[in-house]
Amino acid sequence: MSAQHTDLIDQVLSITPGSRLDGLRRHREVARDNIQSAYLALFEPRDVTQVTLLERLAVASFVAGLHGQIVLADHYAHRLSLSQGGPVLAALLAAEIDAGEAKGPYGIYPAGPLSAENQAGPHYRVGADSRRLIGAKLSAALEHAHLLVFRPRDASREALQALLDAGWSTAAIVTLSQLVAYLAFQVRIVSGLAALASSSEQPVAANSDATFTAALAAGVNS
Amino acid sequence: MTTTISYPESVPPAVFTQDELAWAPWLEPLTEADLTDRHWAGLVDASRSKSPYFMLLAHDPEVLEARTKADKDIFYNPNGGLPRAERELSATATSRHNGCIFCASVHSRFASTHSRRRDDVQRLLEDGLSADLGPRWNAVKDAAVALTDTPAQFGQDEIVALRAAGLNDFEITDVISTSAFFNWANRLMLSLGEPVSAKAA
Repeated sequence: MSAQHTDLIDQVLSITPGSRLDGLRRHREVARDNIQSAYLALFEPRDVTQVTLLERLAVASFVAGLHGQIVLADHYAHRLSLSQGGPVLAALLAAEIDAGEAKGPYGIYPAGPLSAENQAGPHYRVGADSRRLIGAKLSAALEHAHLLVFRPRDASREALQALLDAGWSTAAIVTLSQLVAYLAFQVRIVSGLAALASSSEQPVAANSDATFTAALAAGVNS
Repeated sequence: MTTTISYPESVPPAVFTQDELAWAPWLEPLTEADLTDRHWAGLVDASRSKSPYFMLLAHDPEVLEARTKADKDIFYNPNGGLPRAERELSATATSRHNGCIFCASVHSRFASTHSRRRDDVQRLLEDGLSADLGPRWNAVKDAAVALTDTPAQFGQDEIVALRAAGLNDFEITDVISTSAFFNWANRLMLSLGEPVSAKAA
């Protein structure tokens, strides 16, 4: 991370102190700080015995890439490529991201009235060549990540059993699940704020104090 | 070899509902005897040691602590921004789109309580994302859904619609944060356990 930024989201969106986006983010400062704390907990972890840093960065690169969130995909791929064994893995993941491309959310509901909303879509499997290189354990993590990214309603007890069978511990599965779910959050914060940054200031700017006061009152009374 | 926990007697709910549901984990949560200071810090509220969901997430206490503190600020911070009812609407629409029956049950109840528009909330659950909830709620719902698509489809169209419905940029930022947060929460709730009848739990 560059010296100017101690916050990853500020860094990837080039948010500078005192800017409009900085003001919007600091309006929820505890959230802002803890979104960064979660990033550090996952990617500068205190305990790497269950999921190594290389495994974490590989899954994060894959998940950010599947979301097409370019600045975050670049960030994780870059960190991965700086790790030992990372450049080969980063190149392999780029091909797997292409192979895993889809549009979500899709999946199957419990049988009943919601069955009318069932939507089919790809069930991704790591390619045979990649699987030989990265092994069954990391392959199982990538396949589970794809499931969580695109078809979370298809998640199942059997899918967790597949992770256990591939050698992941209960604690490792909790960390992997948090990592994928956090990335699903992080890419949307970045995409949403990027859209807001590229939209011009709201046209009611002259009345923004009055609008803010009204919103404040509404929030306090809710 | 570790095995997952199954609930052969349970009949999982097959529709979206505002009724109270419980949640049962597929992996073994920690027990109170396992908890160190690090785990208690991760739980944030000591009462959460009674919840199998938080006790499962406590296997990674640092991530849980940050998740919980971000959650509380995004949803409960009363300082301006989106009214609580609409934060809960955003969480409900997101959960409806991803298909998280458990998350939708909790947050639709909150949306109903804070808005007193229980019937509108119920139509969102029953009729789905095309339900007409009036201009302001439609704008919040449609923005949450667009952001929940993968890849996210949220862009200028949604921002223009939100502004036309009267939302300022603080409120729009809350729409983004609440919907994004439920893309985190839905994936944990859906993948680490299952909804069960509140009576059975």
